[in-house]
Amino acid sequence: MPFEVSDLMTDDVDSADKEYLWTLNFGPQHPATHTTLRLILTLDGEKVVKAVPDIGYLHSGFEKLAEDLDYNQYVTIVDRMNYLSPLANEIAWHHAVEKLLGIELTPRCKYIRTIIAELMRLHDHLLNTGTSALDLGAFTAFLYFFQQRELIYDICESASGQRFHSSYTRVGGVLYDVTTDWVNKVRSFCNGFRAVHAEVDGLLTRNRIFIDRTKGVGVLSKEDAINFSCTGPIARASGVVRDLRKDEPYLAYPDFDFKVICTNGGDCYARYLVRMHEMLESIKIIEQAIENIPAGPINVDPEGKAVLPNKSNVYQSIEGLIHHFEVIMPNRGFPTPTESIYAATESPNGELGFYITADGTSKPYRARCRPPSYIHFSVFPHIIPGLMLSDVVAVLGSLNIIAAELDR
Amino acid sequence: MSSAAPLLAEHFGADSLVWSQNRDNVRVNVGEDRVFEVLKCLKMLGGFDMLVDVTGVDELEYPDATDRFRVVYCLLNTETGERLIVLTYVNDPNPTLPSAYPLWKGADWMEREVFDMFGIRFTGHPDLRRILMPEEFTDYPLRKDYPLRGRGERHNFPVITRSES
Repeated sequence: MPFEVSDLMTDDVDSADKEYLWTLNFGPQHPATHTTLRLILTLDGEKVVKAVPDIGYLHSGFEKLAEDLDYNQYVTIVDRMNYLSPLANEIAWHHAVEKLLGIELTPRCKYIRTIIAELMRLHDHLLNTGTSALDLGAFTAFLYFFQQRELIYDICESASGQRFHSSYTRVGGVLYDVTTDWVNKVRSFCNGFRAVHAEVDGLLTRNRIFIDRTKGVGVLSKEDAINFSCTGPIARASGVVRDLRKDEPYLAYPDFDFKVICTNGGDCYARYLVRMHEMLESIKIIEQAIENIPAGPINVDPEGKAVLPNKSNVYQSIEGLIHHFEVIMPNRGFPTPTESIYAATESPNGELGFYITADGTSKPYRARCRPPSYIHFSVFPHIIPGLMLSDVVAVLGSLNIIAAELDR
Repeated sequence: MSSAAPLLAEHFGADSLVWSQNRDNVRVNVGEDRVFEVLKCLKMLGGFDMLVDVTGVDELEYPDATDRFRVVYCLLNTETGERLIVLTYVNDPNPTLPSAYPLWKGADWMEREVFDMFGIRFTGHPDLRRILMPEEFTDYPLRKDYPLRGRGERHNFPVITRSES
């Protein structure tokens, strides 16, 4: 079936001879939308003729809030964007801030952030694969994968003290150095993961029902993926060979051996396959990194005022305490260049970029987030017409729409 | 310097474009009347086939700013991985730009968000409605003259009671 982008503006579903069409409000509260998003579907029997997304139910003005919080405080807000992989957002945010300020991280911090970024990719793909299978009726895969997510929550807790919204990164480093206990937890997670992955792989990948529901559904061609600005697993499932970890290496990614997973299918099944294989590549990166974490300081030496001093300094010396307050206090902070920067990382969902405009003070003048969910959801009304109502959940699940990131 | 510099200089003259660089971000500043032609040239001839982001910045309180709104187009060449940022400035009372939707379909929602947040109109956009804010909202929240706490809209939203619904 060749893919054609329907033009939303020209179809006349409101005309009199189309009276047999009926309208279905999908959401905003519906179990299969996972979060609060609303679709107004025009249906011909069970066939979708037109879909108009109505978003904004979770809009809470994150970008406006950024203008009133400093570069370290805002990390608590970016946490809440894509809450399935909160630390990936923090890493993207501080990646942009550090690029703005010209801070080069210590090797140890780069490795730890890389491990965490890959754990977050697993975190996100595990839930996404699990729930998109759950929406199609496969309950077991969801439970198996959620068990693995619990272990990642434990790892987050071990590193930062928080399971969910960790607020772990800081400008020029992270909150606490990791412990041996954390390293052991990551190791044991890696050891157990492949078996669970193989089990779910056996449950889904060659499952007749699952393939029938996903193969050839929601096809996105390579040209359209590029034209619609798709990135991440969705673009790679359509054959766009692009991964910022390889193309614009950041953190410690150049040190590791891993593959970029691409397919040409462009349908829901291809997106599922890309995510499944990316998980194995992530595990490979974590296994390489966890055995080779360099020794040394975790934070950049706080010579300038931008970086917070180590906690032990804060608690045990007056200089550290003064330095801490200099950075934290609202009328002090650190100077920034009067410049703008766009920096992006490969988040689990795609290119998560921040466009920061700094005005010299310690608060961003403007912090634009380029949310991958938002961009990917704009594709949805173009690929859904012609499919059945039951395919709506399959396509929604495979696009991995996180409403908190969508609306910010 | 960007690989698109000779191309743009050939089509638009070297004097009309202001190039700048901050770390790895290469930026070109173009006038609002030529922004569509520049984007079209970059897409058709320069190979910048992906529009990564469109966003705005309200420069009302920005140091040494002369114009009101900065609109930022982040472009990407997916073959070479090269990035280019196209900047343009628009001003009150009626900030308007041509829509990039005919070039990139991805511009659809990005431009709607810029319209929603800053009130910049994009002519030629097929469906320029508010996207994140409710339709009855009248202000543009990311403008700098809009207060962080709002103007009391929250208390005045129409409430639908159970008996009316």
